[in-house]
Amino acid sequence: MSAMKSKSAKSAAQLSTESELKKRIAAVLRFGKIAGADETEVQIDETIDALSRFANNAIHQNVAEHGINISIRTVVDGRTARATTNRLDEDSLRAAVESSLQLAHSQPKIRGLLPMPSKQRYRKVNRFSKETADVTPEDRARAIRKSCDLAIRNGQVAAGIFSTGQSQLALGNSRGLFAAHRQTHAEFSITMQDEPAASWAKANSGSVKAFDPQKLAARASEKARLAKDAQELAPGKYTVILEPAAALDLVGFLFYDFAATALADQRSCLTKRIGKPLFGKNISIVDDAYHSLQLGAPFDGEGVPRQRVSLVENGVPKNLVYSRASAKKAGKKPTGHGFALPNDYGEAPMNLVFSGGDSSLDKMIASTDRGLLVTRVWYIREVDPYEKIMTGMTRDGLFLVENGRVTSAVRNFRFNQSLIELLKNVEAMSPAIRATAEESFEMVVPAMKVHNFHFTEPTKF
Amino acid sequence: MWDLTTNALDTAKLRGATYADARLMHIRQRDLTTKNGAAGTLSQSESIGIGIRALANGAWGFASTDKLTREGVAACAAQAVSIAKASALAKRGDVRMVPENSYIDSWQAPLQKDPFEIPLESQLDLLLKADAAMRAVKGITLTETGMQFRKIDCWYASSIGSRIHQRKVISGAGIGATSFKGTEIQKRSYPNSFGGQFALAGYELIESLELLKHAPRVAEESVALHSALQCPEKTGTLLLDGSQLGLQIHESVGHPIELDRVLGQEANFAGTSFLTLEKLNNLKYGSEIVNVVADARIAHGPGLGSFAYDDEGVPAQCTDIIKDGQFRGYLSNREMAQLIGLNRSSGTMRTESWNRLPIIRMTNISLKPGSGSPDELIASTDDGIWMETNRSWSIDDRRYQFQFSTEIGWEIKGGKKVRMLKNPSYSGITTEFWNSCDTICGEKYWTLWGTPNCGKGQPMQTMGTGHGASPSRFRNVKIGTAFSGQ
Repeated sequence: MSAMKSKSAKSAAQLSTESELKKRIAAVLRFGKIAGADETEVQIDETIDALSRFANNAIHQNVAEHGINISIRTVVDGRTARATTNRLDEDSLRAAVESSLQLAHSQPKIRGLLPMPSKQRYRKVNRFSKETADVTPEDRARAIRKSCDLAIRNGQVAAGIFSTGQSQLALGNSRGLFAAHRQTHAEFSITMQDEPAASWAKANSGSVKAFDPQKLAARASEKARLAKDAQELAPGKYTVILEPAAALDLVGFLFYDFAATALADQRSCLTKRIGKPLFGKNISIVDDAYHSLQLGAPFDGEGVPRQRVSLVENGVPKNLVYSRASAKKAGKKPTGHGFALPNDYGEAPMNLVFSGGDSSLDKMIASTDRGLLVTRVWYIREVDPYEKIMTGMTRDGLFLVENGRVTSAVRNFRFNQSLIELLKNVEAMSPAIRATAEESFEMVVPAMKVHNFHFTEPTKF
Repeated sequence: MWDLTTNALDTAKLRGATYADARLMHIRQRDLTTKNGAAGTLSQSESIGIGIRALANGAWGFASTDKLTREGVAACAAQAVSIAKASALAKRGDVRMVPENSYIDSWQAPLQKDPFEIPLESQLDLLLKADAAMRAVKGITLTETGMQFRKIDCWYASSIGSRIHQRKVISGAGIGATSFKGTEIQKRSYPNSFGGQFALAGYELIESLELLKHAPRVAEESVALHSALQCPEKTGTLLLDGSQLGLQIHESVGHPIELDRVLGQEANFAGTSFLTLEKLNNLKYGSEIVNVVADARIAHGPGLGSFAYDDEGVPAQCTDIIKDGQFRGYLSNREMAQLIGLNRSSGTMRTESWNRLPIIRMTNISLKPGSGSPDELIASTDDGIWMETNRSWSIDDRRYQFQFSTEIGWEIKGGKKVRMLKNPSYSGITTEFWNSCDTICGEKYWTLWGTPNCGKGQPMQTMGTGHGASPSRFRNVKIGTAFSGQ
């Protein structure tokens, strides 16, 4: 990003080195052994984060943090529990080990508790960008100032965030496993208010160079202008063109259902549906931690290497993701998607990639006789867990498309829409991009044109 | 601890801050869950650190650290001032705040039984027994229980001379039974969904919930829902139990009265509010029997929004929000109060932890009780639907249009509960809904519900809020829309 050529002092905070992490882990493993743990696992999370927040065309909140947590899981006599602390002195770490053991002792023996995994091999991923780690508060303030100046020139009001940071995760256990991953992140989100309308744009990446805040500001500003004079339409079933952020926040609610534990618990919408056609034939989805647009560690909460898993092939849910425990129960191999133990939910795919299509937003609009273009959706909650009916609102730019072009702004709608039906009704898709919004974690998803999308009630703006 | 907060304030002043405050917090948490008869999550955590807020060159900066040495705290204070000066590069005016007195005080929330002193085995044993009681019911496919305890110590100091130590203990517990049959998943929870009931109380709260007594009923209702009729789609009379009404208050009163939303500070994320400034004292928010207060005083009850001082050093207060149906007040802090010409902050600045900036949050936003009992409420209803225990909630970003669904409903005919209904839902527009309220049950049936998971701010902060409510009735409400056309 061109705006990032700062002459100001770089951030002084630095992440611990790998040898420091190994030293800390070794010390805790030693305490575990002394305290009588059969096995010990140590997880270290370290975060250096900064976020500048603006509203009313000025920065109003501006924060920075540096934190490190050490989380210790012990196993004793077939029982396991976890204790976490951010106190790094020897006495506190010993106390955390004791606390973990005390919790473990308090429960009955766990049937089928697996021994911790031994040393693993990991595929390299490079997700650390020095220029992102070096961004200063002044850099962020200057970029924000430019966006706010644009808002003022256009008679609008800007609000949003610009955040940058670095983090790392290290995992080691008493069976010799050691895994470590570090990455940077950058995010810019902007709402341009053009009373009574507003619109929005957002980008998220491992590198601050991957997006230009001024382009995002310009896009939000232009859409806010178009969002004025919204008309109220009657509720009903519409063809919708979901921008990637809107598609992301909807389909994001589907993916915990691909956890083997969710199926074993019979709380997944895929119960009795695996291997049967469920979505349109144009829907294929993989979970791929190694995709170039993804972030995250190449290992799971127990240190198992993440595998690429084909979840949906041509509309058919084919595979689930497994932790070590759920894999053992199902007679499968773990896929490297387990959460840190102990937990109630088992696992989940966290690096989703849709196959997408070859259309574009412009082509989708051009091919639509009558429909609605959706910028963003908001406050999505599950109404029915098996049919996967979700409710929520459109927000920050809903537009009527008539005879192949955007003709006017529309008042926001509430929807009640089955995600299963939605993925049956996809007519066209753009290539998938790294999308970011507020309800789901980032995924690689396309814009989608979907028929029979069910809007049930309008709101007042 | 006070040495470190003093060090923080001295350094901030030396670096050019015109105002600073520091919160040194020590937070301990215990989580216990069971699933299908076995222990699930068993974890304990502690976190300690300091967050320093500084005003320099007329703008705010905030930094936090877990390095609790003189050098670590001084570096953090210097960083907060440096960030404030960077903020000033994109300011439109200087931050100003209404005056507040300084306070030297120490306060501990009332507590009978420290949950961290109760043996873990007995806590887990209670959950496992409740789990077993639910699993004993045929047709149940998933059982879940949980307890959570937090102990928070906060040492607050500010450059106007305040030094306040507060200790709070929060307890919570709940159980849930799910049954999958055919093409339907149904769930019942007690005493509330999404974790149960939470309060500023000790283990006495857990004992008062009588989880074991309610476990069989919860499971039986979960299974029975499969045979119940679908909630009809219509406009009619709605009766809400206190827990669902608590969440209705949270979403359609609590959030829109946050002055930071009203003034656009949350426009990019949590949203704004329909309660624009000209509506203060000029809006008929609800019917004449609707009275809502924001009351953080412990006298209001052991709510998740109860404290002695907020995280800006302002004493807990009770503010009228809706009085006799009229809109009367906002939630504010010292800066927002200044912006709209109030004399004083209403004392609602709260932070999740030492590493988060305090922001305006709900305290206890409660609907004052009316009169009568739930039995009398039902007996006086000719045709209506009683809805109980939240299942989903959603509201637009200005807090106008909402839709809620609940775990269970009951058809009321001729003053009697006649049959169970599944998949109940209702929707509406905030002010139309509150103006349709014609009965609020009495104090005996009023509960201060705890909502432990309210998310707001960037970086995101989760906060507990309190909502006192008793069962109430609303007329001409849209019912059943969530499932229309499916």
